[in-house]
Amino acid sequence: MKHLLSTQTLEKQDALLILDTAEKLSRISDGPIKKLPTLRGRTIVNLFYEDSTRTKISFEAAAKRLSADVLNFSAKGSSVSKGESLKDTALTLKAMGADAIVVRHPASGAAHLLANSGWIDANVVNAGDGTHEHPTQALLDAFTIRRQLREGSGDLSGVRVVIVGDVLHSRVARSNVWLLHTLGAKVTLVAPPTLIPNNLSGWPAQIDYNLDNAIEDADVVMMLRVQQERMQASYFPSIREYSRRYGLDISRVNKMHKTGIVMHPGPMNRGIEISSEIADGARSMIVQQVQNGVYVRMAVLYLLLGGATEEL
Amino acid sequence: MTEVKSTVIQNVQPYGEAPVDLIIKNGRITEVVAAKKGKGDDVIDATGLIALPGFVDLHTHLREPGREDAETVATASAAAALGGYTAIFAMPNTSPVADNAGVVEQVRRLGDAVGLVEVHAIGAVTVDQAGKELAELGAMADSAAQVRIFSDDGNCVSDSQLMRRALEYVKAFDGVIAQHAQDPQLTKDAQMNEGAVSATLGLRGWPAVAEESIIARDCLLAELVQSRYHVLHITTARGVQIVREAKSRGVKVTAEVTPHHLLLTEESARSYNPVFKVNPPLRTEHDVQALRVGLAEGVIDSVGTDHAPHSSEHKDCEWDQAAFGMLGLQTAFSVLMMTMIQTDLLSWRTLADRMSTTPAKIAGLTNQGQEIKVGSAANLVLIDPKSNWTVTKDLIVSKSFNTPYEGMVLPGVVRYTFLNGKLTVKAGVVQS
Repeated sequence: MKHLLSTQTLEKQDALLILDTAEKLSRISDGPIKKLPTLRGRTIVNLFYEDSTRTKISFEAAAKRLSADVLNFSAKGSSVSKGESLKDTALTLKAMGADAIVVRHPASGAAHLLANSGWIDANVVNAGDGTHEHPTQALLDAFTIRRQLREGSGDLSGVRVVIVGDVLHSRVARSNVWLLHTLGAKVTLVAPPTLIPNNLSGWPAQIDYNLDNAIEDADVVMMLRVQQERMQASYFPSIREYSRRYGLDISRVNKMHKTGIVMHPGPMNRGIEISSEIADGARSMIVQQVQNGVYVRMAVLYLLLGGATEEL
Repeated sequence: MTEVKSTVIQNVQPYGEAPVDLIIKNGRITEVVAAKKGKGDDVIDATGLIALPGFVDLHTHLREPGREDAETVATASAAAALGGYTAIFAMPNTSPVADNAGVVEQVRRLGDAVGLVEVHAIGAVTVDQAGKELAELGAMADSAAQVRIFSDDGNCVSDSQLMRRALEYVKAFDGVIAQHAQDPQLTKDAQMNEGAVSATLGLRGWPAVAEESIIARDCLLAELVQSRYHVLHITTARGVQIVREAKSRGVKVTAEVTPHHLLLTEESARSYNPVFKVNPPLRTEHDVQALRVGLAEGVIDSVGTDHAPHSSEHKDCEWDQAAFGMLGLQTAFSVLMMTMIQTDLLSWRTLADRMSTTPAKIAGLTNQGQEIKVGSAANLVLIDPKSNWTVTKDLIVSKSFNTPYEGMVLPGVVRYTFLNGKLTVKAGVVQS
């Protein structure tokens, strides 16, 4: 692997290697000395074109625990008319000797462009591109599910995952659909029909417009953040109606499999897509997801920048 | 008075048929004689070459005035001549917009000064192409530019009442409204064809129905007011079907297809390379096949390149920030040869009809698209059908290089182009 751009193109063996590496790194990180010298002298740039405190600090923590030098580059937006173009920024980062670029960008395909444009030769990690993909989120979700339901090893065969919310605009949903399928899980997408792409041919997922049906006996329920602005664009009539039809509350959680878990990529709208009672409840993995995110991102950086698992 | 020189084109095959000699004098074809029997002051050995009437492109963006960094009338004229064109039409979305007699006359004058191809102006339908009020269509028609085609291309005339009025108004001077069919509400921020590919790529979809619903509405309006209506760059199978039905009812509708919509599909967006970003978007393989059949049947009347140069900073960037459009003038013939001749969907004669004769008729040009025979204006292109060429940067004479065909090997090379008897391309080289 040279880059991590999407989970659609991620081979199963590579996905499993990342998860297994993350498991090993988590055990080291939980030991007395948190920091590894592995990436000493390597420069990792966090190139963030969108506000994302949690993803940025997660990548920063991951890089620092591997002893890499971290540069944070925040830009409000890239465009020809305003500010600097992505190309010029890339050339600047190349000149500064970036070994890897972690990019978050509002344009779908931005990470792909950085990796394939010929502007730079650094490793590129997609930290979320528009409404396309967010592969490390899916990897940390898979890691969390595997740890919780499969004791941290093997694949996810037979696990039933329900993803609920704005699939149309969600890079988290896209990355999870591909990765969970690759790992053997069965994915069902639940949303109002307006928030699911009209043509899903080729997507390895079931669709159900009814959350009460879909959640029956589910092993995992993954809630997506719903944006208030979708209401203004007539994707649904009101937050109240959305919450009633697609929100996660105790009565719905009670229909899950008895070991079933609840996930959310954050940030949450408490009381809208998820009730506080559930978010803070025993089945909630939301805090673990954040913690696991650091391990998974450590693994990704470690593997892309040339580390071998034998060294661990 | 000095003696006018004559040119003999020896051993040439008009429409790919039996070889003859064509003698050109005073800008016209004066004789057609048996092969190798013709005499003239200048001799062109056209053995193995096919003669067709010079191509007529009703759809180009020349960028002048306003964006001379991307293209000028001069550079586009050179590209047109190399593409075998003898007449091109400039869309009005310049800066300022060609919505008045002054700008359309300027474009025409610039073209005449270059002299490589007839440059005609298309006038905007509405003031500043804003879709609010009619531009002075009559003034543009009466001007020295003699505008007959009106379009807000780039924007759709989406207001139904305004579209009806425009269609009605231009009847007074046999004008035609050329519509960019795109419902703006259904395509807000749209980036590519809506379908499985857009869903996967996370690029906002552009549903086919956004185009088809406007074509259907406009056909009904044109039927109501008995006016001429021209569909620009049709891209979908159902759009072709709507035009086919309207024609069968006697509606005066004509339709255009671009070379790129005859060859490329939405699959190319998977590269996220904005060179494939175009408006209307590349569609599916099913649509491509339907467009080819529509063009072969004559349901689609003409080929227009929608030549749309963009400087590199507008293409060397993120997909959703990139400009829409691609070059077309130099590659159009070769793409048509690949998609329509090599597939036996068109003959050389019917290709000449779609690329020259019918667009000339739509535009009301009498000296273009004429049959290759004695008395016709010598607007001709000589093509070498046996040669191929590879699209590379050094061969593109436009100021911009946003061609989707870079690196592709295309069939057919334009060797000579004659504009009213004058060589604009000689042995593959533009004559300045």
